[in-house]
Amino acid sequence: MIELYILLALMAVGAIIALETHDLISAVISLGVCGFSLVLIFLLLHAPDLAIVQIVVETLSLVILIAAILKTTREDTEERLSLVKTGLWVGGLFFVAIFMYFTYQVLQNMAEFGAPNLRMAVSYLEMGLKKTGAANLVGAVILDFRGYDTLGEATVLFTSVMGVLAVLRKIGRKKEGQNE
Amino acid sequence: MNERGMSLIVKTIARVLVGMIVLYGIYIVAHGHLTPGGGFAGGVIIAGGFILLYLAYGASEKESEFKKWQASLSESLGIFGFWLVAMLGLFIGGYFFLNVFAKGQSYRLFSGGIIPVCNAAIGAEVAGALVGIFIAFAALKLLGEK
Amino acid sequence: MIYYFIAILIFVIGLYGLLVKRNLFKIIIALIIMEYANFLLFALIGFRKEGTAPIQPIVGGKVFVDPLPQALVLTAIVIGLGTTALIVALAVRIYEKYGTLDIRKIKKLKG
Repeated sequence: MIELYILLALMAVGAIIALETHDLISAVISLGVCGFSLVLIFLLLHAPDLAIVQIVVETLSLVILIAAILKTTREDTEERLSLVKTGLWVGGLFFVAIFMYFTYQVLQNMAEFGAPNLRMAVSYLEMGLKKTGAANLVGAVILDFRGYDTLGEATVLFTSVMGVLAVLRKIGRKKEGQNE
Repeated sequence: MNERGMSLIVKTIARVLVGMIVLYGIYIVAHGHLTPGGGFAGGVIIAGGFILLYLAYGASEKESEFKKWQASLSESLGIFGFWLVAMLGLFIGGYFFLNVFAKGQSYRLFSGGIIPVCNAAIGAEVAGALVGIFIAFAALKLLGEK
Repeated sequence: MIYYFIAILIFVIGLYGLLVKRNLFKIIIALIIMEYANFLLFALIGFRKEGTAPIQPIVGGKVFVDPLPQALVLTAIVIGLGTTALIVALAVRIYEKYGTLDIRKIKKLKG
């Protein structure tokens, strides 16, 4: 699957550029490239539900990030001293090597790519239409077989919106210099 | 002379497009049990339509204060409706989230029992949540700003 | 198997950004990259080579991809949006109070 390799490489390059560039708007645009290549990967892996949700959520989170950057500042902060930076790079590469070694050991026990063991999903796939009456099996799973997870997700979204509306409030804030 | 917001072309096109975007979002929410989509994707698309209208006309203080309570109301009603449908399963059947409505014929619009009602509630909740977040960001005035 | 490696490599790139960078918005971008790597890993696990999208057609079609990781990722994408909005709101308020986004200068904790 050569196109999957190309899209994965595009995603990795977009992630690296998003972290290393000096201008913050360029970083957000590079994050957008990373997200949109994830949408194409979802379409290649036969997951249209995920592709629809990821593309609209990605667009909205880019809008929120750019709105916040335009209200604050646009430049990055300065660099470190060079001796400390070299030591950090060496330590970082050592850590990445150990991490990848343990990842290789873990991936030996997983199933091959393209042949998962569908222990739970066999019954969902066979009896999904009969038991719930819905043709979209992902929708049937998130709303009928696993409804608790959706209730928890709706609660988390509600709580985060309450937090945003409380942090960005205009009334009830004290001015500078008033006593407590 | 209106110097807030974007130019006249953008305002006209936004006014024409917002109806189609909201209709498309409602279509994706309503057919969530037949085609890919569902409550979350449709709710975010509906929020996108309203955000387009705000961005084209410029969000000011008065309009955002007027519309913030509407977004909060839609969001609260959405999640309350979702919980109510789940409790109906507890009262009628005996389990939380039991599928108690009639299942109907397959592949029709009113099939699937509890699933289209849940999709509609989640769509209202997500749309209200995202419009509320955007209004809070757009009407923000930091301390040192004009 | 190489696909899983690349997904975890993107996660490690995000982890590097979280630990090394000093600007607050770069830390937020690193958190978002780590979330994208997670979605990618879950979608790769549930793939089946000769399967199609998990929508039951009227006739035919018996081999589908696994719908369970897709349901988990669907929940996770929306939760990621919620946490991104909250942490960006906090970053804007921190800039208003301290005047800078450098995490080595934000040190005045009270209480």
